[in-house]
Amino acid sequence: MNSEIRKSIIAAAWFSLLSFPLIVLKVDYIEKTIDLRWNNLIFIAVGTFFVSYVWRYFLRRGEKSRQEETAVGIAIDQKKRPSVDSPTQKILTQLSNLTQSKPLIAILLVMIVAFPLGSSTYQTSIIISTMMYIVLGLGLNIVVGMAGLLDLGYGAFYLIGAYAYALLNLNYGFGFWISLPIAGMLAATFGVLLGIPVLRLRGDYLAIVTLGFHEIVRLVVENWDEVLHGPSGIPNIPKPGFFGLKLGFNGSTVYLYYITVVIMVIAIIVIRRLHISRVGRAWMALREDEVACQAMGIDTTKTKLTAFALGAFWAGIVGVIFAAKSSFVNPASFTFYESAMILSIVVLGGAGSIRGVILATLILILLPEYMRFLKEYRMLLFGALWVTMMVFRPQGMISDARHKYELNPEPDGNENKS
Amino acid sequence: MKTVLQTDKIGKNFGGLRALDAVDLNIQEGEIVALIGPNGAGKTTLFNCITGMHEPTDGKVNIIPPGKGKTCVNGFKPNIITELGLARTFQNIRLFSKMTVLENVMVGCHCRNKNTFLEAIIKGPRFKREEKQTLAHSLDLLETFGLVDFAQQMAENLPYADQRRLEIARALATDPFLLLLDEPAAGMNPNETNALDQLILKIRTEKKISILLIEHDMKLVMRISDRIFVMNQGKNIADGSPQEIRNNETVIHAYLGEE
Repeated sequence: MNSEIRKSIIAAAWFSLLSFPLIVLKVDYIEKTIDLRWNNLIFIAVGTFFVSYVWRYFLRRGEKSRQEETAVGIAIDQKKRPSVDSPTQKILTQLSNLTQSKPLIAILLVMIVAFPLGSSTYQTSIIISTMMYIVLGLGLNIVVGMAGLLDLGYGAFYLIGAYAYALLNLNYGFGFWISLPIAGMLAATFGVLLGIPVLRLRGDYLAIVTLGFHEIVRLVVENWDEVLHGPSGIPNIPKPGFFGLKLGFNGSTVYLYYITVVIMVIAIIVIRRLHISRVGRAWMALREDEVACQAMGIDTTKTKLTAFALGAFWAGIVGVIFAAKSSFVNPASFTFYESAMILSIVVLGGAGSIRGVILATLILILLPEYMRFLKEYRMLLFGALWVTMMVFRPQGMISDARHKYELNPEPDGNENKS
Repeated sequence: MKTVLQTDKIGKNFGGLRALDAVDLNIQEGEIVALIGPNGAGKTTLFNCITGMHEPTDGKVNIIPPGKGKTCVNGFKPNIITELGLARTFQNIRLFSKMTVLENVMVGCHCRNKNTFLEAIIKGPRFKREEKQTLAHSLDLLETFGLVDFAQQMAENLPYADQRRLEIARALATDPFLLLLDEPAAGMNPNETNALDQLILKIRTEKKISILLIEHDMKLVMRISDRIFVMNQGKNIADGSPQEIRNNETVIHAYLGEE
């Protein structure tokens, strides 16, 4: 206990010293005097001491439960291990169990459906963005979470989808519904094209090449004025019409909202089914051990390319929604920040977990929207959140809970509910 | 007796090092062959050449799947060779540690199924049928290996010996005619080793497959193998029944050195 207090005092002293020039010294240029604000220093020191003490307390507790876990794991290896979960683990498990209850899902669906009826267009538009990021997160989750291929260039496929719709509409007058599958397919094709040269790369190397791919795509768009309209972008992209009916601005936003809901639900269902299928298992095997995966008779080339293509497909789809929603695309909307954001969603949520992605999107996209009163301090909170996560739950909020297969399948049905 | 594997004077160079030199190994149907030799003799390299992890520098690896003709598999990718019916385990356990025990075995069934991701999305009839078969088959295998109680556990949480057994179960899930085991008893205690040799004999009789194993535990080797293939410095120095090998001068020299 004493050593904890001592460490906290040292932390407080060190931090006071570091922040001394910023917090205490104030130079008055007009009077040519230096003001020393000592009481600020006291606040900083006391504050740091408490934060450091609480921080250490949680760290120690986390370590203790981890030790107990391994101790139990070694002791009871003959029969099933009881689950020794930390309190946070328990809360998260309960939360994720809650998401399985049918009434809750029904209530949630009703709320989602009813939302635009009682909200302003601005609110509806925020929720559309959130749902777009959920789908993007789910798509990247295939590549990063399931197949274990660290892709930093996912935003490029998002750009390709958006530009596909914008250009098809501008040059050939294609509508939203025709462009949607075309853009998806085009993004998937680019996914394969990126996949082929990086087949042999893993980890950091793959990350750097995909990052480069993102920048290449963005720079090509920025500089190819004749075809892709350069940095000025493409304006006047129409929103989807309702069976030929022209809707007003508010009406079409609500319509787009419902389209996005449907696409999100389809994405969740499709990705959940992939997760527990033959190809899903192959992806996870690839993530765990590439050599063993190949030795099990899995064609790693095909498996990787499928992951890239299916991941990129969703980005293409969301790109079309983006273009329709903002009715304007330009390369500045698809900087590396987008890729980083989507990757953050996957990492924060827990790689491989669908519920994690949804929860992380709510935290990373929705929360900042409603915390605008905090102004630039939002980013500070962001940083704090990340540091806390990396220390206490590096595996993400909801780590990939493995699917439990029904062990005694009924003779006439092998439906599995995860 | 039918031959299932035949290596024809295979050699492998790593830069200036001749890791394998004109090795002729034949395995008959239903035979258990032990591959022994001092450290660095080239046993694992031979395994890697047979399973496609390395391509031999010279010579040919031929496999003869039951009911099919002789195929030279030089330059084939490992997954194609597994599909043809050769399965292997690894010297240092390479399980899919963040997947469940059951899923590990189900991954092994991958190459025997044909359904595509589109069928998985729409839950097509072939997907349903194959998933059902895969699940039943995997559970059967886990039953044989006494791992069915752990089916839903993460593979990384299994005790060491169970992890070794799971690796064999996973390899068997690919439905091979020849199983290659790289030091299956490494790190096991005597009881576990005894259980293992019962298991290996059982696999041979029940599944009717041939087994090639690398092993350093001489007791195990003498007990279960029909034939022993001894290597030293990349060359085959002896090939015969356990009795013959026990009394073979060259082998004794290789292991104990000259007097």
